[in-house]
Amino acid sequence: MPSPTKDMLLDWYRQMVLIREFEETCHQLYQQKRITGVYLHLYSGHEASGVGSMAALRKSDHVITAYRDHGIALILGMDANAVMAEMMGKKTGSSGGKGGSMHLASAAHNFWGGYAIVGGHLPLAAGIALEARYRGKDDVTMTYVGDGATNNGYFHESLNMSAIWDLPVIWIIENNGYGMGTEVSRASGQTELHRKAKAYGIKSFGRVDAQDALAVYKVASKAVEYARDNGPAVIEHVTYRYRGHGVSDKQYDARDDMSAELRQWMDEREPIKILRDHILGKHGDIGDALAEHDEAAKKIVAQAVEFAEASDLPRGRDDLLGNTYVGSQRVYKTPASIGAGID
Amino acid sequence: MAVRNVAMREAIRRALREEMLRDESVFVMGEEVAYWQGTHRVTRGFLEEFGERRVRDTPISEMAIGGVAVGAAMAGLRPVAEFMTINFAFLALDAIVNHAAKVRYFFDGMFKAPLVYRAASGWGNQATASHSHAPEPIFAHFPGIYVGCPSNAMDAYGMLKTAIRDDNPVLFSESIALYPKPGPLPDDDDQDDLLVPIGKGDIKREGNDVTLVAYSRGVDWALQAARALARDGVEAEVVDLRWLRPLDMALVYDSFKKTNRCVIVEESLPMYSFGSEIAALLQENMFDYMDAPIRRVAAEDVPLPYSKEIELLALPNAQKVVDAVKEIL
Repeated sequence: MPSPTKDMLLDWYRQMVLIREFEETCHQLYQQKRITGVYLHLYSGHEASGVGSMAALRKSDHVITAYRDHGIALILGMDANAVMAEMMGKKTGSSGGKGGSMHLASAAHNFWGGYAIVGGHLPLAAGIALEARYRGKDDVTMTYVGDGATNNGYFHESLNMSAIWDLPVIWIIENNGYGMGTEVSRASGQTELHRKAKAYGIKSFGRVDAQDALAVYKVASKAVEYARDNGPAVIEHVTYRYRGHGVSDKQYDARDDMSAELRQWMDEREPIKILRDHILGKHGDIGDALAEHDEAAKKIVAQAVEFAEASDLPRGRDDLLGNTYVGSQRVYKTPASIGAGID
Repeated sequence: MAVRNVAMREAIRRALREEMLRDESVFVMGEEVAYWQGTHRVTRGFLEEFGERRVRDTPISEMAIGGVAVGAAMAGLRPVAEFMTINFAFLALDAIVNHAAKVRYFFDGMFKAPLVYRAASGWGNQATASHSHAPEPIFAHFPGIYVGCPSNAMDAYGMLKTAIRDDNPVLFSESIALYPKPGPLPDDDDQDDLLVPIGKGDIKREGNDVTLVAYSRGVDWALQAARALARDGVEAEVVDLRWLRPLDMALVYDSFKKTNRCVIVEESLPMYSFGSEIAALLQENMFDYMDAPIRRVAAEDVPLPYSKEIELLALPNAQKVVDAVKEIL
């Protein structure tokens, strides 16, 4: 594994500040009711987990995740305008306004999507990896899964199947301490989640401090290399979510100790600061590069908000019914006279 | 060309084998499909002919079978995933309903999931409650997936081929009771003229007095009833819808305009069912042609018991169809 170059590190920084700016803007927009969905799960605090691990991939590899998917989309290079428009349910959104926050995807980036049922995307990941094996390609499928999902049947069945079929999946468990409001220790008999790999005969690459993009990258690189030639790998990323389970999370109102816990993570394990310190320590000659990325992120996100708000909403029954099927939409059609006044 | 009688299971086997020969992206996966040669012998000989890459035994993991098929299909393969019985597909309901049927919609057309779930279905043989369902309407409830339910060998052959070639997910329900039933099928391979378009029903018997609407095993009961009714001078028309989604209602409406009476026959349970749906559509769209209440013949509204006599009592049969027709003449 090559050590990350200065340019790589700066690009990671660019990605991380873009995610943070995007997510914190989403949070504000939600507060202001300019984003109106009930589900909005932000990646703030998780940035190094996605950035460090996806840096180990090549273009032909695959990525799939759950509902905390904005950061993954931005790392892959999806257009921030289209992602923000999707948050607002606009026709210009990456899923035409039909998916919303939890269903971002981009076929062009081999990003197979964010999925909203806990664990539901895990067998899809195995299926995508099966296609690579079936065709004799050595592309891997990087799969993000939350700590909570490691307790459901999809996780068990998918990891087991990836093992017996030697599927090239890197199962990255993003352990942020909570499945919704339930601590890992109250939800899982095995609290070192990567150890679950052993039950299926899968190679575990252990637990990683996922606030440190470099540490994440080092382990992910090894796991990717292993998966290409052999089969599935498991990594546990220990991280923390800054904005709760989702924006409607009431945990911080209900529990006094949560704010202190959050404060401690932000003060001591802040992923952007950790990367910034590393860059400055190693490369003193970067001039204003970091500040330029900070500014650029602000500009990109402000522009995205402007674009999204100026975009049209999908309207009418053609937009409603479209893409239910490939080909003609042969679904029950409510008589046009009913609900006509609502359109 | 020679036509001979083959069991429906053999027709399905031939269709599946021919599609695998025709298209290298088609593969089968499921419990006991390879080394065991298929629980219902539909994949008999496949492992030897196609090898482990394309004939994949799975662990007993229905959630994963359901979901792996979705991922593989999205990525460009054409999986034919078998649920040993449709009862086990309940374990995969989320993969089928929330993923197979929706990935196209919630990414607004970015992906497609060209897959087929094959499932052996039906009541009877003292299989007891948890192994006794004909729950096709549950799957047909959801937009985004098609549901095919053949009633005979030739339809099964043509429908499965269409289902495999279609770019949408299809749940293909095969009646266990009909597996051994012989029906005519031409000998030659690759009978493309036998392909049954998605959503195309078929008139299995013509008649002017009453329309019997059915699918799968219900068609047998409807045809038996029609023969019995004919002895009393009543000519029933039997409409085999073949697909529960999309529904060929035009075929039903044309028949109903002629007969003005309808009995719906199904192996499934009566509430929120195939019968409910057809009856609702008829009254919505054919009210002016309706001369009598619509009757439904379905299974009794209970879990199926083990003991033979009460098990049979719970199932539909031809006599129940005859009785229902006589009530509305």
